[in-house]
Amino acid sequence: MNTSQRPNSFRTGPDETGHFGIFGGRYVAETLMPLILDLEKAYNAAKADPSFQAELDDFLEHYVGRPSPLYFAERLTAYWGGPKIWFKRDELNHTGAHKINNCMGQILLARRMGKTRIIAETGAGQHGVATATVAARFGLPCVVYMGEDDIKRQMPNVFRMRLLGAEVVPVTSGSKTLKDAMNEALRDWVANVENTFYIIGTVAGPHPYPAMVRDFQSVIGREARAQMLKAEGRLPDAAVACIGGGSNAMGLFYPFLDDASVALYGVEAAGLGIATGKHAASLAGGRPGVLHGNRTYLLQDDDGQIIEAHSISAGLDYPGIGPEHAWLHDMKRVKYVSATDQEALDAFQLCARQEGILPALEPSHALAFTGKLAATMRKDQTILMNLCGRGDKDIFAIAEHLGTKL
Amino acid sequence: MSRIATRFAELKQQNRAGFIAFISAGDPDYETSLEIFRGLPAAGADIIELGMPFTDPMAEGPAIQASSLRALKAGQTMKRTLQMVREFRKQDSRTPVVLMGYYNPIHSYGVDRFATDAASAGVDGLIIVDLPPEEDAELRHPAARAGLDLIRLATPTTDARRLPTVIEGATGFLYYVSIMGVTGTKTIAPEEVAASLARIRAATDLPVAVGFGIKTEADAAKVARIADAAVVGSALVAEISRFSAPDGKNVAGAVKAVLDLSARLAGAAHNARL
Repeated sequence: MNTSQRPNSFRTGPDETGHFGIFGGRYVAETLMPLILDLEKAYNAAKADPSFQAELDDFLEHYVGRPSPLYFAERLTAYWGGPKIWFKRDELNHTGAHKINNCMGQILLARRMGKTRIIAETGAGQHGVATATVAARFGLPCVVYMGEDDIKRQMPNVFRMRLLGAEVVPVTSGSKTLKDAMNEALRDWVANVENTFYIIGTVAGPHPYPAMVRDFQSVIGREARAQMLKAEGRLPDAAVACIGGGSNAMGLFYPFLDDASVALYGVEAAGLGIATGKHAASLAGGRPGVLHGNRTYLLQDDDGQIIEAHSISAGLDYPGIGPEHAWLHDMKRVKYVSATDQEALDAFQLCARQEGILPALEPSHALAFTGKLAATMRKDQTILMNLCGRGDKDIFAIAEHLGTKL
Repeated sequence: MSRIATRFAELKQQNRAGFIAFISAGDPDYETSLEIFRGLPAAGADIIELGMPFTDPMAEGPAIQASSLRALKAGQTMKRTLQMVREFRKQDSRTPVVLMGYYNPIHSYGVDRFATDAASAGVDGLIIVDLPPEEDAELRHPAARAGLDLIRLATPTTDARRLPTVIEGATGFLYYVSIMGVTGTKTIAPEEVAASLARIRAATDLPVAVGFGIKTEADAAKVARIADAAVVGSALVAEISRFSAPDGKNVAGAVKAVLDLSARLAGAAHNARL
């Protein structure tokens, strides 16, 4: 694979060393290398074992509640007056977001590998809640690292994790957000390599995580593709998803990557605006570098120091992006755009009033862009948007922005 | 012969272990850090590891994390780190200097330019924590062309199956990470380290330095009996933090404290085999 050359298929990555073009790889301390090689081997074995997929499918159906519905957003369609808007309702999953698709896959793998302790990092808390949930379900102790600032923004999720029996460890180092939580989880892992399985929540980190998380999240796109064919008799003209690390987007896009007629849009968080520097848009405002085990686009200063991201949404507040997105960006297969904090807040309120759905602040970014995209498309076209999480966790943050005291 | 090879040859001839001191470049500020750096050879350091500060040092414990952030806050950059080495070389042409850190600041600086600039500044080797053998070719080759050793790390998880991968292409010396964990946290278990070193020595003639869990003179002495050098970092930079209170720094105090501790640890390492 080479970034300057357009491949026959966009679905063949990563190569055997874990690279998507120049992106990805395994930039970890030597202590972790043998573990990551073991994990890769165990994952490949699980993937080839029909009983693993059968077990996962069973839990996805009966515990997570899959398939999630495909829903025609009739009033938003009429409101924008353009193409038909379809929502993939991954916010209806158990725990309220797409994160559990991946956690279920990884915890089954952890059990297969005989690991007895689970760790995770979390930003908004959705991945932490999903990890705490599956850890409780399988009776494994669970430690979740969360930035101190994020803990303040997402108290309801912190309480949920504790109710589920997880230990939530506040991270006070660095910028006290998701990237520091990931550093701290990696430090824990280095110190507890024998018994611990690290459930990474997004399509980033050292190989095989980006590919493995993508595979577990691809259930979103596989279902949505079949559901769209059934509902409309054809594929959507466009698919839209928000991007922090990019797991819900990768899960939605992957099954459509070789469908040339489907335009794919990843929506980064523009925070207060790209020009202000206060944003979380790694592709729009970053450049390639190495962090958290992979080479990808990063927000960094001229000296290669990582810059804090900013977004109203804690789940998008990350200075990097999954390496496969970096590659798809350079290959121009996916178009990466952005939405600001304010645009996301407006879209949140619009969705609440028009559809009776409180979306999470993360997919509110996708929805904000969907409105803009709709204005450029015809009525006989369709847009598929991944509504990847519900907004219950965000009501306190939103109340604050709207000047309401709860 | 390189400065690193020369130094290990001298140590071997004297039948004593070396002492390797780690400080972060620019901690707590450029001038103080340079003064400590310059004082280390007289305080017993046989080799100096100079940390290149990074915002996200994922293999470091609290002491070196804090040290790295203090340096960045005081305005340390890669250019200034290389400048520090140039200043150091004005008075010391014999003590090997190894830059230690993470890949992104080098990636950002430009790998080829970095290798050339580091070598011309007087750097002898590089230890890049998040660049395992599988990923280090893009730095190893430019470094080799510039005459820099890229020092590989082996750890308790580097088993017999993996050890050849680590040793293949390693130069300078091998850095054995004595604990499973981040810097400055757990304490080394000398028997386990000895067993690992025996395995490593059977596979390579490179000198082996041991670091990550050495805090006290007693630890340094134990390691010095079995390794070619003992590395101390967290304990030294913790001395700087003691004198860098937010309400005012005691620069002279910090310099003296670090150099005194260095001299004590070096003494313990140097005399362990007597």
